Amino acid sequence: MSAFDTVVRFAYLAAATAFVLGLHLMNSPATARRGNRVSAAGMVLAVLTTLVLIGHDGQIDGLGWTVLGTGSAIGAVLGLHLARTVQMTAMPQLVSLFNAVGGGAAALVAIAEFVRAAGDGVSGDQPFSTVGTVVLDVVIGAITLSGSLIASGKLQGMVTGAPVRIPAALPVNAVLVAVMAAGGIYLLTGAENLWVLLAVIVAALAFGVIRVLPIGGADMPVVISLLNASTGTAVAMAGFVIHNSVLIIAGALVGASGGILTKLMADAMNRSVPEIMIGGFGTGDSATAGPVGTDARVRTVSADDAAIQLCYASKVIVVPGYGLAAAQAQHEVRELAELLESRGVEVCYAIHPVAGRMPGHMNVLLAEANVPYPQLKEMDEVNPEFARADVALVVGANDVVNPAARRPGNPVSGMPILDVDEAKSVIVIKRSMGHGYAGIDNELYSDPKTGMFFADAKAGLASLTAAAKALVGAR
Amino acid sequence: MTAALLSDITIFVLSLLVGFEVISKVPATLHTPLMSAANSIHGIVLVGAMLIAAYADSPVGYVLAFIAAGFAAMNVVGGYVVTERMLQMFRERPEVADRRAEAAAGREGGARR
Repeated sequence: MSAFDTVVRFAYLAAATAFVLGLHLMNSPATARRGNRVSAAGMVLAVLTTLVLIGHDGQIDGLGWTVLGTGSAIGAVLGLHLARTVQMTAMPQLVSLFNAVGGGAAALVAIAEFVRAAGDGVSGDQPFSTVGTVVLDVVIGAITLSGSLIASGKLQGMVTGAPVRIPAALPVNAVLVAVMAAGGIYLLTGAENLWVLLAVIVAALAFGVIRVLPIGGADMPVVISLLNASTGTAVAMAGFVIHNSVLIIAGALVGASGGILTKLMADAMNRSVPEIMIGGFGTGDSATAGPVGTDARVRTVSADDAAIQLCYASKVIVVPGYGLAAAQAQHEVRELAELLESRGVEVCYAIHPVAGRMPGHMNVLLAEANVPYPQLKEMDEVNPEFARADVALVVGANDVVNPAARRPGNPVSGMPILDVDEAKSVIVIKRSMGHGYAGIDNELYSDPKTGMFFADAKAGLASLTAAAKALVGAR
Repeated sequence: MTAALLSDITIFVLSLLVGFEVISKVPATLHTPLMSAANSIHGIVLVGAMLIAAYADSPVGYVLAFIAAGFAAMNVVGGYVVTERMLQMFRERPEVADRRAEAAAGREGGARR
């Protein structure tokens, strides 16, 4: 190995180390920013090293530089624009989009490598193991690309968020898997047939679409995590194809991270990953879900009554749900919380693991509204506190606070929930009696100690704050 | 099976284990930034895109390299910028909130007097 190669390898090792350290620093909010910068420094080092490597190699021609330069410039500008302008509520779509392009790029690396080797006129000169990783990379990468685009579209509302029933899903899936397997095996025999590779790509893309379409909106945190893991794996496979260790290491790190989050999210919903991949949430069950207290009566409260309850409480737990995120009401909830705190009320936020549309999403939305992170409490930490809370203020949360989850026989059965019904009283801000993603009635709403305040999260919180201010001022 | 492939597999498996070890300690509060950070890390595929651009020798090869470079660059740049933007928001005691609380406390005190 030449001295130059040695330096390149060490530079790649340093980059990989920076990625591991960067992720390690994500362990605490206080060091997380430093972690991101360490990781970014590793990325810059890896890219610069590669620039030097291909320049030194001398094989790249003018067209190659142009293609690389313009391609990266366009991508970088687009990425920068999206990153700067995205609303925090739209983070899941963006992460999904980055998964898509990452997986797509990984697949393209393998395809380009295969096309190049096939184009040299010598057939069967690609080692078995290279073809094997090419096939794996193309399949995983293409599934991730199309699957993530569908997930992103569902989150953005461009594709319906409801589970889509695909006719004859089973045979169609079986055919696609068969095409991928047969094509892969054929290529492994050493045949450098681009049409077969194309068939595998098309089958994988279709498979990604068909796998994600039937999954309901409530399962999105799991789906995004899973697609994140598969992007990482695809990138690692690309590393195998071009024999580059930094791609393998970085890809494996992401694969591990996505894997852990997938497991955590699935556990938080008490559902197994295969179960989610097979069928949508509430599909089929929704017919049996109807009878759960459909004609139960609910009590409504006025803004003034709710404000009195809140102002004279000693402990209030706010339970933010997707409705709060969708209405962009994180600033309003923080304003109300600060008003209460200034009166000596103890306020904290109970965050369900699947609140929002991706792991940890609600925390980001509240952090954006300047809520200090020590007030953000995880489910296990906050559940014992509900019994001591005078008021639980539920804003736009539904399934995650439905006590029906403790009983068997309905779509939310077994899902870990926030024990909101143990608080001394409950105020629910919600637009209507509409159902959550599980499509069932919420028994919490008909609980005698629950007061329903029907309003959009943003307007509702604003009127509560106004009422509370009037009350404080009048005193 | 070649020695190179074996060492690649070794690296892959050990990195997975390191990943599990490091990431399982991240609190739920930071799961979104973590995923976003992981997202930017898989932007490393840009290195792969650069290498295929360097060795491209056919029109198809150039087109593939062009798209791959665009995808990967979008992934890297967007990923790091948005993670940074998100992490900026995580503060233990936001100064803004502190000032507001003080002002509110001051007003209240004034009213009592």
